[in-house]
Parts: sequence; C-alpha cells; structure tokens
Amino acid sequence: MSAIDLSGPSAARKIKDKVALVLVCVAFALALIPLVTVLWTVVKNGLKRFDVEFFTHSMNAIGGRDAGGGAYHAIIGTIEQVGLASVIAIPIGVLTAVYLVEYGGGGRLARVVTFFVDVMTGVPSIVAGLFIFAFWLKLLGFEYMGFAGSMSLSILMMPTVVRAAEEMLKLVPNDLREASFALGVPRWRTICFVVLPTAFTGIITGVMLAVARVMGETAPLLVTVFVTTAINNDPFKGPQMSLPLFIWDQAQLPQQVAIDRAWTGALTLILFIMLLNLAARLIARLRKPVSR
Amino acid sequence: MAKRIEVSGLNAYYGKTRAIEDISMTIEPRSVTAFIGPSGCGKSTFLRTLNRMHEVIPSARVEGKVLLDEVDLYGAGVDPVAVRRVIGMVFQRPNPFPTMSIYENVVAGLKLNGVRRKGQLDEIVEKSLRGANLWNEVKDRLGRPGAGLSGGQQQRLCIARAIAVEPQVLLMDEPCSALDPISTLAIEDLIANLKDQYTIVIVTHNMQQAARVSDRTAFFNLAGPGKPGRMVEIDETNKIFTNPGEKATEDYITGRFG
Ligand SMILES: Nc1ncnc2c1ncn2[C@@H]1O[C@H](COP(=O)(O)OP(=O)(O)OP(=O)(O)O)[C@@H](O)[C@H]1O
Ligand SMILES: [Mg+2]
Repeated sequence: MSAIDLSGPSAARKIKDKVALVLVCVAFALALIPLVTVLWTVVKNGLKRFDVEFFTHSMNAIGGRDAGGGAYHAIIGTIEQVGLASVIAIPIGVLTAVYLVEYGGGGRLARVVTFFVDVMTGVPSIVAGLFIFAFWLKLLGFEYMGFAGSMSLSILMMPTVVRAAEEMLKLVPNDLREASFALGVPRWRTICFVVLPTAFTGIITGVMLAVARVMGETAPLLVTVFVTTAINNDPFKGPQMSLPLFIWDQAQLPQQVAIDRAWTGALTLILFIMLLNLAARLIARLRKPVSR
Repeated sequence: MAKRIEVSGLNAYYGKTRAIEDISMTIEPRSVTAFIGPSGCGKSTFLRTLNRMHEVIPSARVEGKVLLDEVDLYGAGVDPVAVRRVIGMVFQRPNPFPTMSIYENVVAGLKLNGVRRKGQLDEIVEKSLRGANLWNEVKDRLGRPGAGLSGGQQQRLCIARAIAVEPQVLLMDEPCSALDPISTLAIEDLIANLKDQYTIVIVTHNMQQAARVSDRTAFFNLAGPGKPGRMVEIDETNKIFTNPGEKATEDYITGRFG
C-alpha cells in the first residue's frame, strides 16, 4: 500500500493561483477607477455651492450669469415626481409579482405578463416619456405637470419592481406556504401575513434600487414636466423642476456660476440615492428578527 | 371532539401518474394510527389527502371518499380551508414562520383566522406550549424568533402551533426524523398525551416508534416497481408486529425486505 499523498498543490498550480489572484485584483482596481473618479469629481466640484442658499432658494429671477440661487424647486419636484411614481409603480409591480408567483403557476396569462414585463424592461426612457406626452398631453389635452412625469417614471420602474419582487417571492420556501395552509389559513391571508413578510427585506431592497434608478431620469421628464425656474409645489398643475433637469439646464450655460450649480445639483442627486440605499438597509436591518 | 375517518377507494395522482391506488381504511377516534412502509410508497401522499393538502401541489388530484364522521371531505361544497382547520398537520421538517416570534408562531393559525383578543391568546399560547412539552423551555423568551430554537424545539413549536387551532385530527409526517432521541421521546410522550383528545395519524420509518406509540398500524407497499403504492394491511399494532396477516408485512418489519 502506497503512502497517502498529503502534499499541497504542485508548483505549477501555485503559480496559476497567483496569476489568477493578480488578474482578479487588477480587474477590481480597474472597475474602481471610474467609480472613484466620478465620486471625487462630483464631490470636489459640488462642494463649492453646497450651502444653505442652494437648498432654500429657487432660480426664480436669477439669470444664468448671476451667482446665488439654488435647487429648492428642483428638489421639491424630484421628491414629488419620484414619490408619485413610486405610489403608482410599487403596488402594481408587487401585486403583479404576487400574481406571477402565487397564482399564475406558469399558465398562459402568466407567460404573457412575463413577456411584457421583459419587453418593458427594455423600453428606452425617452419612449416612456413620449408615450405619456402623446397620451396625456396631446390626446387627453392636459398641460405639462409633475404627475405626467410620474407616470412616465412609473412605466420605467414597474418592470424592475416586478422582477425584484418576483425573485424574492420565489425564494420563500414552499414549506412555509404549506405550513400556513395546513393551519386552515386561506391563500390570500397566507400571502399577506406569511409570504410577503418573509420576502419583505428583499422586496424593499429591489424597490429602492428601482426608485434610485428613475431618480436620475432626464429625458422623459423633459417632454412631460418641462422645466421652470420657480417653485411649484403642485405636481398636478404646471411645469415643475427636477434635479436631473436642473443639472442639464445649468450645465449647458457657459458661466462658471451656473456650472457650479450643476455640480452641486449632481452631488445632491447622488446623496439622495445614497440616502435611499441607506434607508433600505436600515429597514431591512430593523425587520430582521433578532437572532438568539 | 375526536373524529373517526373512513377512507374508501382512494386514488391520488401527480399529473398523470398515480401515486397511491385504491386505499380503504378506518382510522379510529382517540387513538394513534401509524403508517409504515418503504420510501416512496405513498405514505406522505396518502396522509396529505386526508386534510386536502394533496391538491395544493399543482396538477395533483384525488379520487375517492374520505368521510369524517359521515361528511365527505371531497364532497361538493366542502371548503378545503375549513377541512384543514379541523384536521391539522405537522410536517417532517420543522417549519416555523421565520418572521414571527415564538408567541406569534403559536397563535399564527388563530390570528390569521381573525381571533385577536389578547387575553384569550395568552391563555392559548400557554396551553398549547404546555401541550407540546415546550412551555418550560421557552416561557421566558416568548418574544424571541421561533427560528432561533433548536430543531427539536422547533418541531415541538410546530406541534404547539398545530394544536393551538384545536383541530380534531392531527396528522404527523415523520415528526421525529430530524430529532435526537431525547426530543423524540418528548414528542412520543406528547403523542401519548394528545391521544386522549385527538385522533392522531403518524407516519414513521422507525418500527420501534410505531410499536411504542400506536394503537393500530397500517403497512404500505409498492404494488411493484413503477407501480402506485397501496395499503397492504391495517391491524392492531400488536398483531402487525407479532403476527402479521401478510408475508410482505412480516418481511418488512423483520428487515427481510429488498
Ligand atoms: N410533488 C410531487 N410530484 C410528483 N410526484 C411526487 C411528488 N411527491 C411525491 N411524488 C411521488 O409519489 C410517490 C409517493 O411519494 P411519497 O412522498 O408519498 O412517499 P413516502 O411513502 O412518503 O416516502 P418517504 O418514506 O420517503 O417519505 C413517489 O413515487 C414520489 O416520487
Ligand atoms: Mg414521506
């Protein structure tokens, strides 16, 4: 009987291992370069106007070459438009996912819905905007308003929400549904009180990503909400501003003061998205039952 | 309160394949009936037809009659949800609800069906956990997550959850298969206690367990390779283990089984 070989990997394999490790690290560094550069540039340039006035004033009566002014009107607009878009898209998206996973059972309707969700994922954002423009503004004759922008954003959000919620619902073990059924709990209560709470953390994360994604959309808002320099708190009446459009509007002006405003707008937008992600994590943390 | 179950001519299918064939038997009230038999012979399938859990699986269906004190569970107008309230079930793998505390797990069946009076719930929690031999271990941490208990404790939690809705029949599918001997003994004691109030059916691969806890034993077997499972015989446990009527039963319990 020969002795059992307990020696480690051969020299050739050790070299291969090292090479692979170096390649992975280089790839990581390469991926990090654009990320860090973008963040660094935005922070560096954005801090110049990161002041109280920026967050309390609009651009009303402030010309492109004047200093001062702020993005208050754009922040209000973004919060209202994205908020309304979420109110539309999240319930529809989550309920669609519930249908697909809990009721559809791979039937014809479920397959059709899945197909259209896939198609919607690929819709370019400008097309979503133009659709609302044609339907809401031209056909029904409404004026520019924040709500029109919300509708176009919700078209963009919906497929992401459906996909994320669907994946999370599929992860809920069937055992739990059966346990609930076996207690004589009807299906809809099982879904509301067992399945959805179990998938909640994952769904929240997916939803937040969807919200963050549409927060930076510019094109659909341009054709549905338009731009303004004044504060408009009513998303159902008249043009509103939004952060992406504020950035776009200021960045195309030649004056340095305007470009500085644009940078600060960009920084604000990034902070918003970071806050959303933090909030998602916090909610997820709070929901997780304490381990023993 | 405990009820007699009479099964006649029962077939269960998964899609087109028949999993169990023409089963008829009577399950006596206030007694423990054990199902034994080789793996894949349809014990779980049969058990799940008794509280209409079989049809939860897509494309699964059942033919035949299951009478619960004269009422056909598969009759027209019978609500499967109502059936499951009367006939509870404990699964092979413990499956407490992960988002709920121990307390919430026990009252889940009641709460999800609309009972919400706090005082009443507290009482039921204590009673059910005592009934499941778990009260002393968890009474100081009812607010902790149910998933944080040990496997054996989780299984007893699932039993407490099942008896909290006060079913008349309790079906248990290999409830001890993942448990250590001490937890197993705790659950066997529990079964002996529960028998006064409930009709109990237990599937087990453990012959000693069947012999210890059950009053009657049914032996299931495959009709042949690729054929559906069927019930070979059912009789007093004593008789099955000492003097079975069929050769196949004797071969199986003495271990002379292919
Ligand atoms: N969900 C399912 N879909 C299709 N066939 C199934 C399904 N569940 C079980 N079967 C089949 O039905 C037959 C009986 O299975 P069942 O689980 O009832 O056996 P069992 O006696 O409980 O076995 P074990 O002792 O291993 O638990 C098997 O042939 C199995 O492959
Ligand atoms: Mg089984």
